[in-house]
Amino acid sequence: MKLSTFKSGIHPNSFKHYSEKKKIEKMSVPDEVFIPLQQHIGKPAKPIVKKKDEVKTGQIIAEADGFISSVIHSPITGKVKKIDEFNHPSGVRSTMIHITKTGDDDWDLIDIPKDWKNSKKEELIEIVKKAGIVGLGGAAFPTQVKLSPPKDKVIDSFILNGVECEPYLTADHRMMLEYTDKVLLGMAITMKILDVKNGYIGIENNKPDAIKKMQQRIDELNYDFKVVPLQLKYPQGAEKMLIDAVLKRKVPVGGLPMDVGVVVNNVGTVFAVCEAVTEGKALIERVVTVTGAGINEPKNVLARIGTTFEKMIENSGGLKDETNHIYMGGPMMGISQHTTDVPIIKATSGIVCSIEKSVDEKISPCIRCGTCIRVCPMFLMPTKLSRLSELGKYDELEQYDIQSCIECGSCVYSCPSRIPLVQWIRVGKLKYNQLNK
Amino acid sequence: MEEKSKIETAKPKKKDPRAMLQKLNRKPFLLKSSPHLQSEYSIEKIMRGVILALLPTTIFGVIIFGWHALFMILVGIFTCVLTELLFNLISGKKFKLTDGTSVITGLLLVLTLPPSFPISGVILGSVVAIFLGKMIFGGLGYNVFNPALLGRAFLQASYPVKMTTWILPNYAEADAITGATPLGLLKFENIFTSIKPLILGNIGGTIGETSAILILLGGIFLLVKKYADWRIPLSYIGTVFILGGIFWLIDPTQYPNPIFHVFAGGLMLGAFFMATDMVTSPVTNKGSWIFGIGAGIVLITIRLFGGLPEGVMYSILFMNGFVPLINRYTQPKTFGRLKNE
Repeated sequence: MKLSTFKSGIHPNSFKHYSEKKKIEKMSVPDEVFIPLQQHIGKPAKPIVKKKDEVKTGQIIAEADGFISSVIHSPITGKVKKIDEFNHPSGVRSTMIHITKTGDDDWDLIDIPKDWKNSKKEELIEIVKKAGIVGLGGAAFPTQVKLSPPKDKVIDSFILNGVECEPYLTADHRMMLEYTDKVLLGMAITMKILDVKNGYIGIENNKPDAIKKMQQRIDELNYDFKVVPLQLKYPQGAEKMLIDAVLKRKVPVGGLPMDVGVVVNNVGTVFAVCEAVTEGKALIERVVTVTGAGINEPKNVLARIGTTFEKMIENSGGLKDETNHIYMGGPMMGISQHTTDVPIIKATSGIVCSIEKSVDEKISPCIRCGTCIRVCPMFLMPTKLSRLSELGKYDELEQYDIQSCIECGSCVYSCPSRIPLVQWIRVGKLKYNQLNK
Repeated sequence: MEEKSKIETAKPKKKDPRAMLQKLNRKPFLLKSSPHLQSEYSIEKIMRGVILALLPTTIFGVIIFGWHALFMILVGIFTCVLTELLFNLISGKKFKLTDGTSVITGLLLVLTLPPSFPISGVILGSVVAIFLGKMIFGGLGYNVFNPALLGRAFLQASYPVKMTTWILPNYAEADAITGATPLGLLKFENIFTSIKPLILGNIGGTIGETSAILILLGGIFLLVKKYADWRIPLSYIGTVFILGGIFWLIDPTQYPNPIFHVFAGGLMLGAFFMATDMVTSPVTNKGSWIFGIGAGIVLITIRLFGGLPEGVMYSILFMNGFVPLINRYTQPKTFGRLKNE
């Protein structure tokens, strides 16, 4: 049988063998956490605690500021030590709430209905909002916004994103295997909120065990979800690519999945929805894959938000001596870290510690092989876009649809001349947006 | 400025990353913009692949045509590399060793020359190929026309007699074929050559074009390794086959059969190794099809109705000129754009 997929894309080595067989390990509660106010797309949250305040696990410590924003909770029971600027994994210094542990977990739970099945959709959305749930695939878009589409948009399908197309990462894979029931329940709740009947689960065929397990539990628990095995290809986990692969619908340029009647959520996100709605737990922990050739014991860890990378690395047996590169997220879109003194945030799907040979700085001229154009999942002309931004012709970028670039990095991955195409495109996007503000 | 100083003061000493590094006795981590993975695909690899793919037919050419052919190949490659180095030196660019593209240009140029061609011509053609064909446009990646073919076109004009003087392979049976190429025989004497020698290569022709099967071997290697776009040879040879077939069906006594068209002359070499030159072929898939079909039409026109027996060189150069236009009009439609947008 020919598996469905999207057009173009690349086939990088998966490197998932480091951690795909490792069971999710629950990490002990750290002594101190650093909670950034900016962990999501949108406005940073506004702190509502001050120095020396006592906080409980799951207590709201920062409020959402505006429609597209998210609340933030204390992941531990402790005392606010400081609200100050610390290193943020996105590479900047950013305001964070520093909390030190004072004792065992004392949970501050969200009020939940006895049976979510009888609740109204608005109540459930309110719980999702209170729990501070954001997209855990990496983009960290506030979930309550995604789950409340405008009235004129008719949503008919929900896709659970179990693709995890980034090399190295195995967090979602392990969650589907070990937290199968909660993931499925979270999906059912999400679908109730959206009031949709068609549920699809997209999983790449390099995770046959997850496909099997999910299918088996769906049958046993009498869910009406359809598991869609997908051909292995990057960047299939990108929303637009996944919708194309599963439903053959193309999100229009500048549009959102809801424009084609679809909402996509990540495995981790629906798991968080399940925990919030059925147990009243706010989003204060997530599964993080700590992996790579540069770490002694690659693992999948269920860790509290705000735990430092240093702690996570220590928990995984420490770095090897030769380790010279650490990044948050997968290797295709991950962010390089200059220090391990940064906390994991809601969007931290993985910490990859790698040993890289000397950085290959040699950039050759473009030989017009067209590889970048052939692999671009958005059917753009990366070579043209990068050239235009390199030359500073920012006003011409729009006619080549620069806004459609999802920055997946497929072009750079396959460029034989090693031209930093997506990097130039990022520059161009930034400049273009500045010019058009 | 103010903001910066604020951050400086806000930086708690204990959490200073440099202090941390010193404490950990560790070298700074690499910092780069994603992606952090890179495929093995590189220019050097492509160039090595192309040279490797050309080896069978090159060695075969040397075997059947003798030492002079080998000497021509060496002189051609040497001159091309030297020309590039000198150009870089004079124009003040970094004096760096060539990335292998000049080696290919030199090799390809000589492979398209008759085996008895004078060395002076080889040198001249090589200089023209690299200087006029590549460097003057700005070097690798900026040239419009295939450098090797441009050099050959220059030689065709400046050495017209030598360019059409053919010697027989060492071991060819005298009564099987005469000194001319099968296409020449067809054009000027209306003699049809059978297919078998065309495939095996015991015929008159340029150094590298005689054995279709060895070229095909190298060509398939290129396609499998993705060092060349399969659409171009397929559409080019396919068009020649179909168009040749149509004329053959119209009048088999005047026109050769399509299989002859495919295996005769430089089509195989041109389709797999020259039309697929990345720099001078379109960047889009649709463009590749147009490029190949266009070259096929031009080739059949020259072979059947033109003054020359062979038209591979001109057909490719002709289509090279259209590449910028083709690229422009085959720009892919962005994901999610409607058909009429």
